[in-house]
Amino acid sequence: MKPNKSVGIIGYGAYVPKYRIQNTEIARVWGNDPNLVPIREKSVPGADEDSVTIAIEIARNAIIRAGINPSDLRAVWVGSESKPYAVKPTSTIVAEAIAATPFVNAADWEFACKAGSETIQACIAFVGSGMAKYALGIGVDTAQGAPSDALEYTAAAGGAGYIIGSAKESLAIIEASISYVTDTPDFWRRQHEHYPKHGNRFTGEPSYFKHVLSSSKALMEELGTKPEDYNYAIFHQPNRKFPLEVAKILGFPKEKILDGLVSPYIGNTYAGSALLGLAAVLDKAKEGDKIFCTSYGSGAGSDSFSLEVTDKLAERKGKAPSVKSYIERREEIDYAKYARYRKKIRA
Amino acid sequence: MNVPRHWREQIRRYRLVGSKCTDCGRLSFPNRAVCPKCNSRNNENYQYAGRGKIISFTNINSPPKEHKYNLPYAVALIELMEGPVITAQITDARAEELEIGMEVEMVTRKIMEYNDDGIICYGYKFRPIVEYAHP
Ligand SMILES: [Zn+2]
Repeated sequence: MKPNKSVGIIGYGAYVPKYRIQNTEIARVWGNDPNLVPIREKSVPGADEDSVTIAIEIARNAIIRAGINPSDLRAVWVGSESKPYAVKPTSTIVAEAIAATPFVNAADWEFACKAGSETIQACIAFVGSGMAKYALGIGVDTAQGAPSDALEYTAAAGGAGYIIGSAKESLAIIEASISYVTDTPDFWRRQHEHYPKHGNRFTGEPSYFKHVLSSSKALMEELGTKPEDYNYAIFHQPNRKFPLEVAKILGFPKEKILDGLVSPYIGNTYAGSALLGLAAVLDKAKEGDKIFCTSYGSGAGSDSFSLEVTDKLAERKGKAPSVKSYIERREEIDYAKYARYRKKIRA
Repeated sequence: MNVPRHWREQIRRYRLVGSKCTDCGRLSFPNRAVCPKCNSRNNENYQYAGRGKIISFTNINSPPKEHKYNLPYAVALIELMEGPVITAQITDARAEELEIGMEVEMVTRKIMEYNDDGIICYGYKFRPIVEYAHP
């Protein structure tokens, strides 16, 4: 898919809370084998953080990099599965906090871990059609796994956001994108439930791999590109293993994946996951680099994007903290404090 | 819970917006209808940059019930870059990690929430500046 008018990323922002719990600490509490844990550690939001506060930090970083007046944003869209309110938009609070109100389209998007990349697809269309000069799309989550569930090892907090504008103002031009969606019951959470459920036999092959591979192959086929044409690739990161495996199947060597692979250090930030990986790559990339990015959301579907970095990235990337600086800002907590911060135990 | 009051103070709390006297230039936070320096009634909204220095701080041990979820936390007197001195909660750092003169930046965080069915109040807090490390 391509809009009528060429568009790209004019600013991006990332954020990861500073608290971390080690996977070995979770394994200790539940009596699991500490040698079989999926990642090193995951991020945990502080007691005063939620998807709203994280999205605000992301938005402010993106605005600083873009160097625009927030009142020129025509959309503030937030994709998340961890909304603080069941009814009342996250996006209006974010838009108010960054002074983008009142002439702005605000809405919350929902599609498990694909909710963030969906907002980017919509931003591309909103700007590409000429309806908006600038649009902001954010993917953010403070994901929760049920105590002792396999997902508890990886469900984490953080996200990234992108301001889309015209190609000539862009730090990275979005060449094309695609969406690949089917009805697949691999993961869900019913209304009023705290924790999600997953269909164990559904989580790998027929869901993640099928959708990520189909979407990625279709976009490269449409563009006539090959893995060799790209300098970096990012795939949704529910753990460390899946994105590396999917890259191998597609033919992307490991060295093109590692710069955007943040899940081993912060966990799976759900709607923030692929978008945070992309931000980490933009922190490193230089003019002329080509980037391939595919998200995945349960339910299920993938969005793929093909990007090319322009000369404007070099001057803008240093204006806000890098993903690496957030990863390095860390304070380890034990399971008891984690249980308190995540309201698994309450005063 | 006073929903109208939270709503009226939203912009001041979310963004750190105060006021500026258009006659003598005096900056205030929170915003004032009458200038404390020249008594002018010509005051406009003023957006602070959200940077400042800690002048003094204290650790809070016995907070109001709504803030207990966040213990332990510090409250500091902060001199904003633009001049005014404000009182604010410190986040992402405990009192023992703070120093007089430390540079801090404004973030919007959850101030309190009223039970599980009430409104969530967001507002400014300050934290030690996030170091930029560029890869
Ligand atoms: Zn005055």
